[in-house]
Amino acid sequence: MTTGSQELLSGWGNTAPSTAFVRTPRSADEVVELLSSAKGPLIARGLGRSYGDAAQCAGGTVISNRSLWHLSAIDPSSGLVTCGAGVSIDELLAVALPAGFFVPVTPGTRQVTVGGAIAADIHGKNHHVEGSFMSHVTSMTIATPVGSVTVSAETDPPLFWATAGGMGLTGIVTEATIRLLPVETGYVSVDTERFENLDSIMEAMYTGDADYRYSVAWVDCMTSGARMGRGVLTRGDHAPLEALNAKQRATPLAAPSGAKLSVPFTAPPGLLNKLSISAFNELWFRKAPAKRDGEIQSVGTFFHPLDGVSHWNRMHGPKGFLQYQFAVPDAHGDVVTRAIEVLSSAKVPSFLAVLKRFGPGDPGPLSFPIEGWTLALDVPLGPPQLPKVLDQLDQMVAEAGGRLYLAKDSRVSAELLRAMYPSLDSLNEVRRLIDPNRVLASDLSRRLELD
Amino acid sequence: MQNAFGQPQSVLVLGGTSDIALAVTRRLVNDRTTTVVLAGRDEAALARSAEELRAHGAKVVETVVFDAADLASAAPTIDAAFAAAGGSIDLVLVAVGLLGDQDKLDDDAAGTASLFSVNLTWPAAALAALRPRLLAQGTGHVAVFSSVAGVRVRRANFTYGSTKAGLDAFTQGYAESVRPFGILVQIVRPGFVRTKMTEGMAEAPFTTDVDTAADTIVKGLSTKAPVIWSPSILQAVFMAMVHLPGAVWRRLPG
Repeated sequence: MTTGSQELLSGWGNTAPSTAFVRTPRSADEVVELLSSAKGPLIARGLGRSYGDAAQCAGGTVISNRSLWHLSAIDPSSGLVTCGAGVSIDELLAVALPAGFFVPVTPGTRQVTVGGAIAADIHGKNHHVEGSFMSHVTSMTIATPVGSVTVSAETDPPLFWATAGGMGLTGIVTEATIRLLPVETGYVSVDTERFENLDSIMEAMYTGDADYRYSVAWVDCMTSGARMGRGVLTRGDHAPLEALNAKQRATPLAAPSGAKLSVPFTAPPGLLNKLSISAFNELWFRKAPAKRDGEIQSVGTFFHPLDGVSHWNRMHGPKGFLQYQFAVPDAHGDVVTRAIEVLSSAKVPSFLAVLKRFGPGDPGPLSFPIEGWTLALDVPLGPPQLPKVLDQLDQMVAEAGGRLYLAKDSRVSAELLRAMYPSLDSLNEVRRLIDPNRVLASDLSRRLELD
Repeated sequence: MQNAFGQPQSVLVLGGTSDIALAVTRRLVNDRTTTVVLAGRDEAALARSAEELRAHGAKVVETVVFDAADLASAAPTIDAAFAAAGGSIDLVLVAVGLLGDQDKLDDDAAGTASLFSVNLTWPAAALAALRPRLLAQGTGHVAVFSSVAGVRVRRANFTYGSTKAGLDAFTQGYAESVRPFGILVQIVRPGFVRTKMTEGMAEAPFTTDVDTAADTIVKGLSTKAPVIWSPSILQAVFMAMVHLPGAVWRRLPG
């Protein structure tokens, strides 16, 4: 194990940094040792893609999971693979795709670890049919302050589900077994359709998403009036071999390539403002076809468009940015429209928002997805009205029986979070058993008074 | 913990009966602040302010009594405040200070020494005592109340102005010393504010009331600006003022 060092850590949004002692254990045994000898608060960290303060622990210890790196062979009949929690989805795909398998749930970036995927119970564009990441985890090993345990949804449902989306507060996942999805090719067959307003997109998604494994809409939050929430809907499924052209057929299962561009330094303040973002959104909307079916796209283009530019978060300048993502039940789909109206009328500049449908959620008390709609948008810090505007949105979301995504959150109030996650108590029951001295804590858990 | 907007959960006010600092704290309680520690000299006034903040919605309000004339009390005051807050504090407002009566101070050796103790030596000692705590908790935010009176010192209040000039300079260096650890230290430079400190005095140009000053300061606290001017126009005004010839400066009103 490395001796560790004091480091200033922040989330992907570059807000609220704090210093912690970072340790990088090389085995599950070392993780258990660190947990049982811990004197101050401690939390795990993967690739730091949580936007807020989930993987920070001011004045305490942060355990990097990146040396928990091992990968079993993929069972060709069941698709099961066992890997260390520090393996990233990018690394897993690089091995799985050439073997004819795909990671069953992938978020907008491949740069997240398996441990982080479990801690946030991440979702992808297929949640409406295939659920979140934890629906595909058959078992996992968790190091807790009272020892290491291997659990599945059958052997220990309370611990298994409390860990699903539990933001690392139930222990440090060291290993997981995941059921991969067999695919013929590493390409996706994509149908694209452009819509002039939000209502028409939501109607198309509500009635048609069930026919597609993957579906996502990109919505422009900076238009108003009749074109309020215009957007582009892309839906698709893994392409069969016969859909590929001759060149693609030569290497149908090539792993996605890495970033080709990088943002080398933090952009000057104000580079992304209301005007430049409006111009970008306009260009992006005009570029999309009005309607096009069956286009063959690579995995990278379809699933992880931002992975093409490393450090893209630096574009937002030194003040940083945040991502606001909420989910609301179908009965309150109007909250999506109202949220965009509120942001647009408050003149808060926002890039494209991502709109998706969720299928039924899993039993995790802190797992984010619930059946209905989810909207995510990037907002650069700076507008003085922003804190109050987002507080207002929180209220709307909570009243609609919805919630915010903790992997994105950096500012919700402790009080409203409780209203959004009514079964929080069952998480705390599990924590009382596995962490009686309350060693596991993060800046997020302290900010939201989860301790 | 502070959130992405720098809104704190816990606040310590050194100089806990300062009108401006209390108005700032009330606004912070409206946002995310649940725990407040008020530290000051006047026990009865602290108790009244504490009651008011509780009525305003703060969950925990504690008070700590100290006398800034007693220089040995700086470190114990910081210790007591952290204990009262439960071990960690997100934001520390340093608003300790007296204006003094310049007419009397002109020829008063003891009074001059005392004003420097209260306005400069005690706050600097408290900041030194605070530093290891900020580093140990790995996060924190400090705002030190200076004054435009220290930017260019004038005849009418030069003793007060020079104590603030000293504290302002100290804070600039202090801010650099904790910057690598992600700790933000800001200087607040208010102009003339109608408070109990300035009651009965002739108002200077750009005078504001307490609420306007507090709004500006709270807005500044959510930025990473090294200096918060209140009102913000004073930044431009004083950029010019420091270059005025003495003969002109002397004749300006206020």
